Amino acid sequence: MLKKIPPDSPRCAHRPAHDIVGPGAAPITLVVNGIARALSIVPATTLAEALREQLALTGTKVACDRGACSACTVWLDGAPVCACMVLAIDVGDREVTTIEGLAQNGPLHPVQSAFIAHDAIQCGFCTPGLIMSCAALLAHTPDPSESQVRAALGGHLCRCGTYPHVIAAVLDASRRGRSRP
Amino acid sequence: MNRFEWMTPDGIAHAARAATATVATAMISRSGLPATDAAVLKAGGIDLLDLMKEGLLSPHRLINLLSIPGLDRIEPQEGGLRIGPTVTLAQLAAHEAVRARFRALADAAGASASPQIRHLATLGGNLLQRPRCWYFRSRAHHCARKGGDTCFAFAGENQYHAIFDHRGCAIVHPSTCATALVAFGAVLEITGPTGARRAASLEAFLRLPETDLQRENDLLPGEIVTAIRIPAHPLTTRSIHLKQGEIDSFDWPIAEVAVALDLADGICRRASVVLGAAAPAPHRAAQAEAALSGRAIDEALLRTAARAALEGAAPLSRNAYKLPIFEALVRRAIRAAIEA
Ligand SMILES: Cc1cc2nc3c(=O)[nH]c(=O)nc-3n(C[C@H](O)[C@H](O)[C@H](O)COP(=O)(O)OP(=O)(O)OC[C@H]3O[C@@H](n4cnc5c(N)ncnc54)[C@H](O)[C@@H]3O)c2cc1C
Ligand code: SF4
Ligand code: FES
Ligand code: FES
Repeated sequence: MLKKIPPDSPRCAHRPAHDIVGPGAAPITLVVNGIARALSIVPATTLAEALREQLALTGTKVACDRGACSACTVWLDGAPVCACMVLAIDVGDREVTTIEGLAQNGPLHPVQSAFIAHDAIQCGFCTPGLIMSCAALLAHTPDPSESQVRAALGGHLCRCGTYPHVIAAVLDASRRGRSRP
Repeated sequence: MNRFEWMTPDGIAHAARAATATVATAMISRSGLPATDAAVLKAGGIDLLDLMKEGLLSPHRLINLLSIPGLDRIEPQEGGLRIGPTVTLAQLAAHEAVRARFRALADAAGASASPQIRHLATLGGNLLQRPRCWYFRSRAHHCARKGGDTCFAFAGENQYHAIFDHRGCAIVHPSTCATALVAFGAVLEITGPTGARRAASLEAFLRLPETDLQRENDLLPGEIVTAIRIPAHPLTTRSIHLKQGEIDSFDWPIAEVAVALDLADGICRRASVVLGAAAPAPHRAAQAEAALSGRAIDEALLRTAARAALEGAAPLSRNAYKLPIFEALVRRAIRAAIEA
């Protein structure tokens, strides 16, 4: 079950006040896909870089590196964010979920199966980010309208133009979710 | 991105004392190279990271405002709202009281950027982000706003630039939320490095190039916006924000309008009409407001008001297309507010 960030909770009070770290490497702990991982990063490291280069979780893709394509979408406490515009040191104790965490050694997430069934992948570079956004949408809104799906996908760029297949896949995954016992 | 120190302040006073520059002052230079000794405030970090990745800003230290508790609350206050500066655009767009009483602000927040950005971007940072002019965002163009000698927009590509108040620089103010907040007469609470507090109306705080070409606002180094206050409005007030982009997804607006009308017994007692993506600061359409105030609004009057909203417009070589878009948006916004 996804947690929403409560509007009045203090965020990221993960270090004692007065603390100054950097510009060199500093130790941090990231909770990724349910596991606490200790790593050493310079404060200028983005979450996307930490995931890909330090934790070898290369499912998260970086395309624009400017928050403008959503290829790098991961969840922070269940909310989809672009990992290229978050500093790893700023994550604190918020839980990070990546594409690798959606179906760990288990059956595929319904959105993943629906992407395969609907041929919603071409080159695949934008796909992990799209799947994270679609899965977050269904977790919060199990029965979305097509316009809600379009709004949830609004930040994603797919140069191969898979959009219509992606929309069909999400609507199908939502129907299947509803018909399950 | 340059390497920097990361500071976790223990409160507002500590953060204010530690900040040596605003992002604007750290970016002004004769040489075209940003200052490398600045300690600047960071909220969601979206605009900061963008500027740093482009090499337009090279701070020595980031002071993380997100680690200060209590700055991310939305509270009712004297019939209005008091919004903490680190409330995210996603929280603002979804908040019940904001949706119910100050719909234009919820609409504006929800129409800004993409869902992924809205979960990170804060309201304070949104109001204080630097402009999107492509010459300003290009390292190859050392324009007047960054301390250079010229504005490249007047003779260059100005299709997304201002149609009002562009003396010396033709940016449009980048904040979608500011358009709605100016329509509501929002006030900023600001604390300075000595602990002194001041309150400033957002409309006066945001500056035109004729007053200051290099800063979009009146924030001084070491000052922190500690709250954004919306004053009480009569319960009969209806508001709406409409955005027109070039595409339907997360694009920046080419035109936007916020309207707040106090309607009672068929009469518009008070009208606020503010245009965004129109001028270097949110542009109050005073002639449109005057046309609507004290009158019963019918189709003819709202058409007159929409034309009056463009009084004083001076389009540049490539952006006259904005005029009919603004006129249509103002008409639609007034109609939508009446029907809301
Ligand atoms: C793809 C994309 C599309 C976008 N589309 C839109 C759009 O349509 N409309 C729109 O309005 N914006 C849009 N944005 C911009 C985005 O909304 C802003 O960059 C963001 O809101 C900035 O907020 P932040 O919290 O990340 O600020 P930061 O980057 O942390 O800070 C921005 C500035 O504010 C200062 N600051 C922050 N908080 C305070 C405070 N409390 N007191 C004093 N100084 C402070 C910082 O020092 C810095 O100068 C878009 C961005 C992207 C990447
Ligand atoms: S419009 Fe302003 S920011 Fe853009 S080039 Fe001219 S001076 Fe620079
Ligand atoms: S790579 Fe992060 S949004 Fe494009
Ligand atoms: S499948 Fe190629 S970019 Fe989307």
